[in-house]
Amino acid sequence: MARQSTGQDGSGKPGADFTLSQAEGGTLVLKLRGDWKLKSGLPAPGSLEKQFDLSAHPSRLTFDTTELTGWDSGLLAFLSGLQELCKARKLEFDASSLPEGARRLLKLAAAVPEREGARRSESHHDFLTLVGLESLALWRSLGDMLAFLGEALESFGRLAIGRARFRRRDLIDTIFECGAAALPIVTLISFLVGLILAFVGAVQLVQFGAQIYVADLVGIAMAREMGALMTAIIMSGRTGAAFAAQLGTMQVNEEIDALSTFGLSPMDFLVLPRMIALIIMMPLLAIYADLMGILGGAVVGTGMLKLSAVEYVNQTVNGVGLTDFAVGIFKSSVFGVLIAISGCMRGIQSGRSASAVGLAATSAVVTAIVFIIVTDGVFAVLTNVLGI
Amino acid sequence: MTRAPHTEPHITVKNLDMAYGDFVIQRNLNFTIFRGDIFIIMGPSGCGKSTLLKHLVGLKPPARGEVLFSEQNFWKAEPEEQERLMRRFGILYQSGALWSSMTLAENVALPLGEFTDLSPAEIDSVASLKLALVGLAGFEDFYPSEISGGMRKRAGLARAMALDPEILFFDEPSAGLDPVSSHLLDDLILELRDSLGATIAVVTHELPSIFAIGDNSVFLDTDSRTMIAQGDPRKLRDECPDPRVRNFLLRGGLEA
Repeated sequence: MARQSTGQDGSGKPGADFTLSQAEGGTLVLKLRGDWKLKSGLPAPGSLEKQFDLSAHPSRLTFDTTELTGWDSGLLAFLSGLQELCKARKLEFDASSLPEGARRLLKLAAAVPEREGARRSESHHDFLTLVGLESLALWRSLGDMLAFLGEALESFGRLAIGRARFRRRDLIDTIFECGAAALPIVTLISFLVGLILAFVGAVQLVQFGAQIYVADLVGIAMAREMGALMTAIIMSGRTGAAFAAQLGTMQVNEEIDALSTFGLSPMDFLVLPRMIALIIMMPLLAIYADLMGILGGAVVGTGMLKLSAVEYVNQTVNGVGLTDFAVGIFKSSVFGVLIAISGCMRGIQSGRSASAVGLAATSAVVTAIVFIIVTDGVFAVLTNVLGI
Repeated sequence: MTRAPHTEPHITVKNLDMAYGDFVIQRNLNFTIFRGDIFIIMGPSGCGKSTLLKHLVGLKPPARGEVLFSEQNFWKAEPEEQERLMRRFGILYQSGALWSSMTLAENVALPLGEFTDLSPAEIDSVASLKLALVGLAGFEDFYPSEISGGMRKRAGLARAMALDPEILFFDEPSAGLDPVSSHLLDDLILELRDSLGATIAVVTHELPSIFAIGDNSVFLDTDSRTMIAQGDPRKLRDECPDPRVRNFLLRGGLEA
């Protein structure tokens, strides 16, 4: 005779407990006692396995439920595990003395046999396989990106010959959404970036008494680099993610299918206005960010370095050329294309579930930022080589 | 039904195999939808009914086989020709699939604005008319998120009818509707067929609708992954030699 107890729960009510005893003729009797409920914690059927081994040639398992005070699906889970165990050991599972409801539910669970091949086996890959799979996925996603870019170009081609179909109002809404509506955040960030640049520069330049050059430093850095870059990063988080989420939700809702079946290309109708909006608005936002950054620098220059406002402005005007602005503005247009493409691409490729839309938004931001930084690096090298 | 049977083939499906990647869903489908018929695509959940619809409307290319619209092979046609063919379809998606950033009137008006030469005022009045036909007069300026599921479905139907299509496709029209709305929708489908003379293909497993509106049907089976019956659903219920089909049409009553 073996005995195992899983203890009692805190309330003093008896928890799940069982005793296994052997009756005559190889019959095992499992006496279930107490409350077999999910919340009171349950023994695993596996713990019976050792006790089966100790018994002499068992052939049948029956139950004694006279002291069972309550049960729910916890008991069922235990019993169905036990049933499997009995099947593996060629033990007859005699359910006749179980509670009526439990017996019927067990029968129901076994009514439809497990679908062959439906259970997904979890596949384990070693490190090298994972690297390989990831690289292949990356390669494919590069291919997808090129294909998308090609389709976007075709779409621009149709725009050029006036055959692209989209709603003008969508374009205007998007322009507002990624232009005027983005001003507050762009103001804040670029003002602070200008401020920070001025502080960093000031600490060094003051040592040489060259604090006036803070104006050049801030002006050139904002115009060439930070204005465009910060705007791009803000917009990829703000607008790129929004594009991906909008298009992803439309995909889930079959709205994109509905467009295609009316013969309206989703590329023209959805992607094109978004790209145009960003290509127009990004340079404007970048110029605005440049000015805000210079203003931030001027605050430090006049406040901390005791330069006069006129001095600061003159120094900036002399130090920062139109070429510097032009480089920044050109870059911001390119960044606009990258943000629109990543956002729209991830949205259109989105799967048809809520989590897929979230994933699309995340990956839109990541893709956009990666491309922005890489492109910025390429620009840095190019402008250096070309001496611009 | 007292009408003379229709005999002019409108949609012909030949040796169609459908697959997602390597996973074949249905193979060797052969059937014809006649002009003016209400054709039911039925079968148990997960058998590929909606996928078949996607093949018929040109959203998903077949793994093998052909879909012909009055003798014209859809998947062999030039892209422009495909677009032209697709504009002759109206599709009611399962969830309505209304464009959520537009009002109901704008949803109906969009295809009219893109593909007709009507003036904006005419478009507005046509859009209102189509909404009135599905019982949504006065809801022109509502957004899809502001109306109930049944109304979204009807608005989806109004949009599907915007260009007076020759063929209307319905993906589970009665799913999620109460019995009365579902019955009203069936009546509307019959009315549309009779008044517009449209050919109608319906994916459904709602038995009352199947018997109420179906002239002809095809039954897709999950296990054998092909069609196992075709014909008038009422006849199939009473006479089909395959017990799986009769069991389905008798709501599992054959097993009892």
